[in-house]
Amino acid sequence: MSSEWPLWEVFIRGQHGLNHRHVGSLHAPDAEMAICNARDVYTRRNEGVSIWVVQSNQITASAPSEKGPLFEPSNSKVYRHPTFFDIPAEVGHM
Amino acid sequence: MYAQMVKAEGAKSREEMTVEERAFQDRIDRGEKIEPKEWMPEGYRKTLIRQIGQHAHSEIVGQLPEGNWITRAPTLERKAILLAKVQDEAGHGLYLYSAAETLGVSRDELLELLHNGKMKYSSIFNYPTLNWADIGTVGWLVDGAAIMNQVQLQKTSYGPYSRAMIRICKEESFHQRQGYDILLKMCLQGTPEQKAMAQDAMNRFWYPALMMFGPSDKDSVHSAQSMQWKIKINTNDELRQKFVDQTVPQAEYLGLTIPDPNLKWNEEKGGYDFSEPDWDEFFDVIAGNGPCNAERMEARVTAWEDGAWFREGLMAHAKKQDARRAAARIAAE
Ligand SMILES: [Fe+2]
Ligand SMILES: [Fe+2]
Repeated sequence: MSSEWPLWEVFIRGQHGLNHRHVGSLHAPDAEMAICNARDVYTRRNEGVSIWVVQSNQITASAPSEKGPLFEPSNSKVYRHPTFFDIPAEVGHM
Repeated sequence: MYAQMVKAEGAKSREEMTVEERAFQDRIDRGEKIEPKEWMPEGYRKTLIRQIGQHAHSEIVGQLPEGNWITRAPTLERKAILLAKVQDEAGHGLYLYSAAETLGVSRDELLELLHNGKMKYSSIFNYPTLNWADIGTVGWLVDGAAIMNQVQLQKTSYGPYSRAMIRICKEESFHQRQGYDILLKMCLQGTPEQKAMAQDAMNRFWYPALMMFGPSDKDSVHSAQSMQWKIKINTNDELRQKFVDQTVPQAEYLGLTIPDPNLKWNEEKGGYDFSEPDWDEFFDVIAGNGPCNAERMEARVTAWEDGAWFREGLMAHAKKQDARRAAARIAAE
């Protein structure tokens, strides 16, 4: 249990034109090996065209307990959605 | 099943719950997923670590009985297929260890618990694979039973576990089909000897496969809390029944006889009646006395110990590279 390999988060671009998406994590001694392992663990069936890895301890996450205050400001701004505005039918598609 | 004997506490009534516990239960009842850093009862966290850990160990130990036949597969194609299947199982173990790690336990700790016998893996992998028909039967029955369990677990309440299950389920049906395909060849196009091998494999694996779902509901004291938390969705007996109902016609197509004189269609319940496995044997295998327990653990521990120099070597190399890069940066400044 002396030197456990660090944990990496793996992001995969599924097809050209899509964002990289988080698919899971794995252990690897360094970034290069993390990419190799990610290829074997997460793309055995052609699931990707590109891989990002980032060491898990480098990720800063928002605190679940602050979910309320953090996202509250957007709750009250319904006018940010196009459906807030009624456009007369005569105007046509907008 | 892959986690057959997960110890958990009894379920609490709403009155017995604290305010946090009640809010947590409400979230689960609404079908919300629980994510890693969110508040959860200590019992929920502990039960999940045991269940996901057992499940991960089963995937990894489950590679051994099949790995046994990679070098002896009858054709190059069968060998490549089996290799891919066994590689998938390594992947399944890794997804699950990662899911467990989000609960605050490290993979090395989990492996240590497996190696010192404090954590279990599925009883099924303590039976030997004696001939090629066993590989077909394992794919068909063992992966089939695993799928039956894993499909419902896609809906489990813990986000990382549920996502691991979704990934795993996508890969599993290939496993069951490749097994059934081996048996189709042996049973429908094979020699009488090959067909007899398939029947012999069926005779040995039927009851151990039924045991995979764990003890009968009436003896399974730990289910209530796990079901309330949606760590488990169906009971052991429900899943076992579904498995039997699904498997009987598949066996008939192969012309294989299920080794159970009491197997009979029950019109009223719309399912088969069948004999229970020998639960004494089950508990004995779980306790470490199955035909291959010692061999499996020895293989795991040896692999871990023999790999130590490699893991440490790569880590030392990574540290050296880091230091070299840091030095180059300083020199350039
Ligand atoms: Fe698996
Ligand atoms: Fe499988």
